[in-house]
Parts: sequence; structure tokens; C-alpha cells
Amino acid sequence: MIANYGYKDGSGEYYISIDTDKCTSCSAGRACLTACPKEMFEIITDDYDDEVAAVKQSFRRSLAFDCSDCKPAGGYTSLPCSTACTPGAIKHSW
Amino acid sequence: MSSGEKKEYWRWQESCWIDESKDWRAAKIVTAGIDVGSVSSQAVVCVDGELYGFNSMRTGNNSPDSATNALAGVLEKSGMKLEDITYVIGTGYGRVNVPFAHKAITEIACHARGANYMGGNKIRTILDMGGQDCKAIHCDEKGKVTNFLMNDKCAAGTGRGMEVIADLMQIPIAELGPRSFDVDEEPQAVSSTCVVFAKSEALGLLKAGYSKNKVIAAYCQAMAERVVSLIERIGVENDFFITGGIAKNVGVVKRIEKLLGTTAAETKYDSQIAGALGAALFGHTLMLKQGASATKAA
Amino acid sequence: MITAGIDMGSRTVKVVFLEELKVDGAPQLKWGVKGKHIMFPEDLDADLAADKAFEDALKGAGITRDQVKNVVATGAGRKQVKFATSDVTEVGAGARGAVFMCPTAKTVVDVGAEEGRGVKANAEGKVVDFAGNEKCAAGAGAFAESMSRALQLSLKEFGEASLRSDKTIPMNAQCTVFAESEVVSLIHSSTPKEDIAKAVLDAVASRVCAMVRRVGIEDEVILIGGMVHNPGFVQSLKGALGVDKVLLPEMPEYISALGAALIAAENNKA
Repeated sequence: MIANYGYKDGSGEYYISIDTDKCTSCSAGRACLTACPKEMFEIITDDYDDEVAAVKQSFRRSLAFDCSDCKPAGGYTSLPCSTACTPGAIKHSW
Repeated sequence: MSSGEKKEYWRWQESCWIDESKDWRAAKIVTAGIDVGSVSSQAVVCVDGELYGFNSMRTGNNSPDSATNALAGVLEKSGMKLEDITYVIGTGYGRVNVPFAHKAITEIACHARGANYMGGNKIRTILDMGGQDCKAIHCDEKGKVTNFLMNDKCAAGTGRGMEVIADLMQIPIAELGPRSFDVDEEPQAVSSTCVVFAKSEALGLLKAGYSKNKVIAAYCQAMAERVVSLIERIGVENDFFITGGIAKNVGVVKRIEKLLGTTAAETKYDSQIAGALGAALFGHTLMLKQGASATKAA
Repeated sequence: MITAGIDMGSRTVKVVFLEELKVDGAPQLKWGVKGKHIMFPEDLDADLAADKAFEDALKGAGITRDQVKNVVATGAGRKQVKFATSDVTEVGAGARGAVFMCPTAKTVVDVGAEEGRGVKANAEGKVVDFAGNEKCAAGAGAFAESMSRALQLSLKEFGEASLRSDKTIPMNAQCTVFAESEVVSLIHSSTPKEDIAKAVLDAVASRVCAMVRRVGIEDEVILIGGMVHNPGFVQSLKGALGVDKVLLPEMPEYISALGAALIAAENNKA
């Protein structure tokens, strides 16, 4: 399952997508949990009883602001979360 | 209108229905799904995995009461008691606050499951336009979610956004859809996504001589364009289904269909019950599994 | 020589005239404000409004149209000013005007009714980098305006009320429309208006701050735009940015028009 957490508002589209199929058997030791400086990720048991990473509820409506520190204007080279996730389950839409 | 009395243009029709042809007393498994949303609450009762009855009403000040009241509607109409229901699953925004629920499941999974029942197992893309959120879901033939997104950050593309325009135009919400087609020519969509700015834009259009209907058309088109952009992130497939309150707004639905070049699957049931229905169906599957393992053990 | 800047906002038209000052022996030209004028166009069409505002401004300053060498337009309706020689974005004009008023400013925070943004400017007031939250009311003055209406306070009272609170209530809703219902439920639960006002202004400040962070916070910070008049917001912004001081320019409404007039002066020179 691709889980897209985030939103689209007047200013743009802000989604962090997590490919849970790559996530259930995490080979990176759940590195996302500590990689994110704001600790935005958590492990949940989803509706189909898989243990997967998710973006915490409190961040889902403010990603544009919460992620801004990792995304200096003028482009970023690598994001801590998607770099730490070696299976490549985490992607940002913006 | 007398002073001090404010007409509620946003208010929509509540509904309660039971399938008189079915006898719940003869059923082996009776399950219920309760969907407590931010704006509306639904209770669905399934007997042996088939839809039996539902009740849809506006969410009150607190979730537990809304859940109880929603289910009470079906119970009263059918003569059923809470004890007659084997398993209850809560879903929606207030899912953890359903006092008599045995389990909570997210509305994403429930909507997919409910749409699979209401629209058939060919349904792959589901658009749920709720009171305070908008969801785009892709699912497989079993109604299992394969890709989803939910937007509850922004009022654009939600029922709340539609209520704002109903209030602004002072036209009952149920009339917005039909009125949006009663125009001399289809206007361009309102350009602002943000409801706050769209509201001032709508006022500007009225000032510029647009009829109310034309402003509504421009707004419906904007809403359609917006939700289509959300579905496109998930990927559109021909068989799609719309759930939630806005499925009842023909002005938005027809415009979505036009943009996607396909028509939404039809259903004879209230589009708002999909989440609760999915929850009740999940309950049924769970009971079957438990029953099966119980028999095995014995 | 006299130049003009005209700022066509969504609700107001502002005009500023600049005049070259004669300072003997100074290596660079100095400019001073010759006149300023603000108009609320109400029902007027944009081009009529621009004309009328300009005429009124000329009258007010006691000059004629011929004396004005260059007119630069800015603001959302800048393309509709037919008599303008050229136009610049609000970002460029705002930064230019801000640095003119407060030459030590490096980070320009611009929060108007419909937009909030952070701009990094160099010593000449040129834009180095900027990040904004266009087209969403949540990070702009409209959010505070809408909430003050829900509380039945004027914007001024709203800002002042916020100063009397020392509580921090987080707002869950990010959207102005949803926040309105959240504010209503806070009112119902008898939360003091002061605390709600602070919660709202803190929320706007934190969003604006996130944008400013993208360009980097450098001393000194200047705030321009309508929110300059809101002392509660200024307080919240200081807290969010983690700075002791935020510069507030004189005649804050005119900063963009002023910037446009300065750019008009430069264009003329070149």
C-alpha cells in the first residue's frame, strides 16, 4: 500500500508517501524514526495488521512548515528521512 | 426571515432506512459499523454480511453521543437491541470515541470496503468527499487499499467548503448542484483554491454582474478540478466511485466526471454510509474468521 | 526630480512620491518622501482607481503629472496601472522599501492580509532569496482577521488582547475555515478571549516563521505589511523567530509603494 500523508492547499502539494510493502520487512532497522530531526515518524499497526511506518497525526497538516528546516530554499540535496530509509519507502512530493 | 433568526443554508437531509425484506432475527451474524465524522455520523447494521439498515445524521457536540444516537435510529426502526449485535466497529474521525465498539478501523480502509460493496468489486478508485476532509483511495478487487491520500488540512474540496458557499449565496446546499447547470454559459472556475480567497472572489464575481447560479457553477468547477488533482496523484481508473456528502451534489459530480472522461458508478444507497458500511463488513469478516477458528479449535 | 511608486493592493491603492534631495558634496543621491496617499477603491474598476488615487496624490503633494519622471507599479493589480512606466513584484518592492526605511535590516518579514513571506535582502534592498505562502490564508493576516470576527473584536482589540495573555494554546486546525470552528468551540468552553487571540496570533507567527527559516534568519529582522499594526502579532513573531527585537518601519502601509518609487528613481538614472 502507498500511504500518502500530507495535503494540498492553495500554496502547493505536500505529501510524504510511504510504500508500506517496502516497510513491513524493514531492512534499515526503522532508521526513519531517529533520522527525522523532528521525530515525525512512528510505527503503527495498520488496518491490515501490518507494522509499518507512518507520519504522526500531529504533523500531517503542517508538513510544509515542519519539513522546512530540511529543505532550505534553493533546493536540497538529500533529506534525512528518505536517505535513512534504504529500502526507498519514503518519498516527498515537493 | 425575522431578525436574529439565521437560516441554515448548509443543512442537509438526514436519513434512516432499513431493509424490510430481511429478518435480522433469523440471521447468524449481526454486525454494526459506526462512522463518526466531523460533520455527519452514520450507523450501518449488516446481517450475515448484507446491508440491513442505516442511519445518517449530523454529528453533535460529542462523539460518544453522536455514535449512540446514530445507532439508536436503526435500533428503533428495526426493534433490535444493542445486545443483538455481535460486533461493532468504529471508524471515522471520532472512531476511538464510540463507547460500544469492539474495535476501531481507519475510515480509509472502511470507505474502500464499503465502496466495494456499494459499487461492486470492479471499483478501483474511490473519492470520498467528507465534511472536513477529502480522500482519494485506490483499492483492489477485495476492497483492500493499495494507495491512498487524505486531505484534512484544507477546507477546499470538502463539504465545509461547499457549506461556506451555500451560506454566502444564501441558497440551501441541496439546490447548489442543480442550480449550477442553470446558467447561460459555463463560467471559468474560481481561481483561488483557498476557501477564504474563493469567497472574496465569488463576491467579486457577483459584483461584476454574474448571476448567483453562475458563481455557484464557477465554484463547483473549482471544487471538481481540485479533487480531480487529488485523484490523479493516486491514479485514475475507469471504475470509480464517489462517497460522502458531496456525492449528492450533482454540480460537482458531473464536472468531475467530465474532467475524468468517465462516469461514477451508481448506487441505490445513501453515499454517506460507505464508511460505516465498510466497518460493519469488516466486523462480519472478523466474526467469520473467529467462528472458523473457534470451530477448528473445537 | 520626482518619481512615483503605486501599490495596487487587493483592497487599497497607495501612492508615494520621492524627491531627489540636494545634499552638497554627498557622493550619492539622497531621496526624501515628497508625498503619500492612500485610497480605498471600493467599487471602482482597477484602472479608474489607479487614476483617481494618482490624481488625488498629486493634488495632496502639490505637484503636477509632468513633474513626475517615472512611475513604477507594484502589488497584485500592478499590470492594470496603465500610466506606469514599468512594474515590479511586491517582493522586490517590499524589500527595497524596508531596507530604505531601516538600512540595518537583512531579513524582511512581510505579512499582509492575503500573504505572508520571508525575504532575505542585501544592503541595497535587493532580494537575495524569498519564501512565501501565497494563496493560502493560513499564514497571512486574513487568518487573524477572520478569527477576530469570530471573537467579535476589532483587529486592534484582538492584537491588544493577545498581549494580556501568557497562555500557550496550540491550534490544531491549519485551515482558516476549520480554525473558525475550533475558535467557536474554545469560546463555548469559556476560554478567555485573550488566550484565544494569542493562540491565533502564535499560529500565524509560527507559520510565517517557518517560511522565514527557509531563507535564514539574519539580524536585523524587519516586519512590514498590515500586521505591523498588531502588537500581539509582533510579540508572537519575536517568540517564534527567537529574536529580541523586530524592527517596525514608519508608515508601514506605504513600504511597497515606497520601494516602487525607489526603483523608479534607479530606473531613471540608468
